[in-house]
Amino acid sequence: MNEPNSNELIGRLLGPAGPEIGCDACFEELDRYVELEAAGEDADAAVPGLSAHLEGCPACREEHESLLALVRDD
Amino acid sequence: MSSATATVRGAVRSAPVPAGKTVLDPESQELLQALKGSGRAYDEACARLHELLLRAARFEVSRRRRGMNGGEADVIAMEAADDALLAVLRRLDDFRGLSKFTTWAYKFALYEAAVKLRRRAWQDRELPLEPEALGFFHSASPGPDDYVEVRERLGKIAAAMDDVLTPHQRRVLVALAVNGVPIDVLAERLSTTRGALYKTLHDARAKLRAHLEETS
Repeated sequence: MNEPNSNELIGRLLGPAGPEIGCDACFEELDRYVELEAAGEDADAAVPGLSAHLEGCPACREEHESLLALVRDD
Repeated sequence: MSSATATVRGAVRSAPVPAGKTVLDPESQELLQALKGSGRAYDEACARLHELLLRAARFEVSRRRRGMNGGEADVIAMEAADDALLAVLRRLDDFRGLSKFTTWAYKFALYEAAVKLRRRAWQDRELPLEPEALGFFHSASPGPDDYVEVRERLGKIAAAMDDVLTPHQRRVLVALAVNGVPIDVLAERLSTTRGALYKTLHDARAKLRAHLEETS
């Protein structure tokens, strides 16, 4: 793993400041969130706390990126 | 927080879905109906679903294969599609029609493939879990806007980790946030779940933020 700089490390240690959902809820809502994003709608308003979770969870962030790319590829 | 959300142990629940938003597209309706049926139509629907899941799994593997040879990549994609098929069939009744059925199904294949790839990348590596790994703090590379205050803040966080976190919270935070261990890999080694581990991480981060605010 590449060493992070100090600001990145602080961000990873403290995580997102706002309310966030957990990994299980993120998985449950991810398909709806991604389709709203792909349609240009306000996904964050529909699923509060999911974007904060993506900021704090690299694994869910990877899966979100992939689902969005796959849906856009369809 | 608005009435549309409710605090759940420091997290939020999503807003209720407005009525009238759950009409399925014809393709989703047809596939779902066949998967809930039997006989030849069911077998054909399963084969169609497996094709979709394999496409999604291959998509994920191709994005993140990191030097893996083609044969190994295809085995992982096929295993992910097989596992995702079982998961989708087991959870059919959980599909709420809030997205296309294919999008809902894709996420299972992406998840299975991503987890397999992360576990494979760490399969022969010892996980750095111990607080001694905090030595890493002191060698964190300066960033482009790295000022003395930032380094001091990092030092305060390191001290707060010793002062306010439980040993388990500290181990999880060090592994995930400092050493970049994937959460699925850590969950497997600690015999727990990704959700439970993220809750530990979330609580540790909240404690640190609160402590820093109190002492600033």
